[in-house]
Amino acid sequence: MTRILPLLLLIMTALAAAQTGEQEQQPIPAEPEIAEVAAEEVLDVPPGDVSPLAGVELTAPGDITVIDHPDDAGDRLILSFSPGSEAEHADLFAAYIVYRRPAGGSDEEWMSVGVIPVGEGTQFVDGHDPDFPVIEGEAYEYRISALYLDETEVMGEPVIAQEVASGQWFHRGKVRVLVACLIFLGLIFYFFSRARMGATMYLRPIAGIEAIDEAIGRATEMGKPILYVPGLSDISDVATIASLTILGRVARKVAEYQTALIVPNRDPVVYTVAEEAVKQAYLEAGRPDSYDPNSVFFLTQSQFAFVAGVNGIMMRQKPATNFYMGMFWAESLILAETGSLSGAIQIAGTDAVVQLPFFITTCDYTLIGEELYAASAYLSHEPMQMGSIKGLDACKAILMVFITLGMVLAILDIVAKTQTLAWLKDLVTSQIVD
Amino acid sequence: MKRTVPLMIVLVGGVLMIIQYFIPHQISQDIFDNYTIWVPIIGAFALILGVGSLSRLHGHKVRNKAPNWPYSLAVLVPMYLLPVFALLLPASVGGGMDPPGVYNFAYMHIQVPIQSTMFSLLAFYIASAAFRAFRAKSLLATLLLLTAVIVMMGQVPIGELLGSWFPKVGLWIIDFPNNAAKRAIGLGVGFGILATQLKIIFGVERNWLGGAGE
Repeated sequence: MTRILPLLLLIMTALAAAQTGEQEQQPIPAEPEIAEVAAEEVLDVPPGDVSPLAGVELTAPGDITVIDHPDDAGDRLILSFSPGSEAEHADLFAAYIVYRRPAGGSDEEWMSVGVIPVGEGTQFVDGHDPDFPVIEGEAYEYRISALYLDETEVMGEPVIAQEVASGQWFHRGKVRVLVACLIFLGLIFYFFSRARMGATMYLRPIAGIEAIDEAIGRATEMGKPILYVPGLSDISDVATIASLTILGRVARKVAEYQTALIVPNRDPVVYTVAEEAVKQAYLEAGRPDSYDPNSVFFLTQSQFAFVAGVNGIMMRQKPATNFYMGMFWAESLILAETGSLSGAIQIAGTDAVVQLPFFITTCDYTLIGEELYAASAYLSHEPMQMGSIKGLDACKAILMVFITLGMVLAILDIVAKTQTLAWLKDLVTSQIVD
Repeated sequence: MKRTVPLMIVLVGGVLMIIQYFIPHQISQDIFDNYTIWVPIIGAFALILGVGSLSRLHGHKVRNKAPNWPYSLAVLVPMYLLPVFALLLPASVGGGMDPPGVYNFAYMHIQVPIQSTMFSLLAFYIASAAFRAFRAKSLLATLLLLTAVIVMMGQVPIGELLGSWFPKVGLWIIDFPNNAAKRAIGLGVGFGILATQLKIIFGVERNWLGGAGE
């Protein structure tokens, strides 16, 4: 019963991954790349026999204001300007072109650093284009021209930038992240200290972790090897590190039971760490002689070649137990389904939400998301490790309170049609990074 | 010493990276870039160890005529021969990386089709896994089956022809119950990553040190 409900939700998650992206885009006043395309399109328009602007007095955009971009490395400037007569001839207007040169430079030094297509406003962030970098502390001069569909370009007056670009030592948009980090760090350290003082901590049992001993015992009884796949990601992935810590615990039990272990690796750095972890586990178990140097090996960096290799191992050597812990992509189902067909008991753990339904369907036990990170603490029973889990739970409790609060306030506002608690609602519902 | 030095490197590096996240200044960005550039450098050297591991494992099998040893030969021969063709031999004898060289032929006409074949197997495995997951053996399994049918029908044109409510209900399931589960897992994962990183940075978790951990 308890497995079906998450499965229902997670199958939906996999289907949702097939949907079109729901990424939010950062509003940038004018992207040079897009703008350049727009400009080319404009210039493709064949000029008419007689320009509708012939004889019309056009004024150029002006009042250029340049300010330093906040919270950056000192490589961007924000330009604002007032429009010229484009508003009166909106149907004939194409784009603004932004020119820049070092302050006091010659006319040859003017270069076009960006184009603002029609309808994109009168603001421009200079420094986005790596071909035209803004140098910190350097004074610049700007001029804006208005380009019309008949290729008439009305050039504005040059203006020396009022500010120069400078880098900041603190990102003000990340204040809330800092506060949240400090709270969470404080909680985790509080539980670390409690654990160190010997406080008893209860952790709810997780079936997948409790089954590890049973799975190793089964392989021992059957006289068959155990296969451990530490994911396909590299060492910089935290899921891989979590997997390697579990590998150490599993290898120690494997060494105690004198069972064969197979650890194929996709990443060479992961391979070296995995080899050391297994070697150490055998040493700790008091059986360094039982360690087989060929048990941990590098297979290939190619994703599907790795899958083919591991599937071959499963079908030839028929391991009694398969562990899939770490980060997996499209190969998750191919691995787990082959393992299922080979008759092995399978325990998987990943934080890849999209791959979870496949593991839940094909494996006997699955560690879902954070359970992968908690497994090491569960297996070690070390007080400090347990403390980290309790700290994690406390963080989640705080977050749940905030989510509930935000939800209730949002509903109250809808029902009462008021904005009385808007500030509080904003605090708990707005983006954490500006 | 063997344990303290790696732990200190991790502690200093970890704390530095946490602080760096809040500093947008160019100096901070340069520190980040210089620190992270070590990852591919170490990776390149570790690849040599990886190739050594593969050679040792399969060489052992070939030498001892272990079961299926010809497969090991099929790994070793191309692994050493193809770089020779690609990098050392002239084009007149099939060398170089461009067609019609041996390397290009092996890559384009052997490796790529085999990889595509492996990937295409996924379709059959999905069918097999779906059959197992969607068997209506209990109330909840039946509910799962019905939900899956609604969502799937909502994604294909025939679903809309059968009932205009299919896409709407399907979308609602994806946007609300599904998203709620996804975000809950995401939050848990986020905190899990945070706790694991802290454990590593402050030396609570030392298993990754291997032989130097204890």
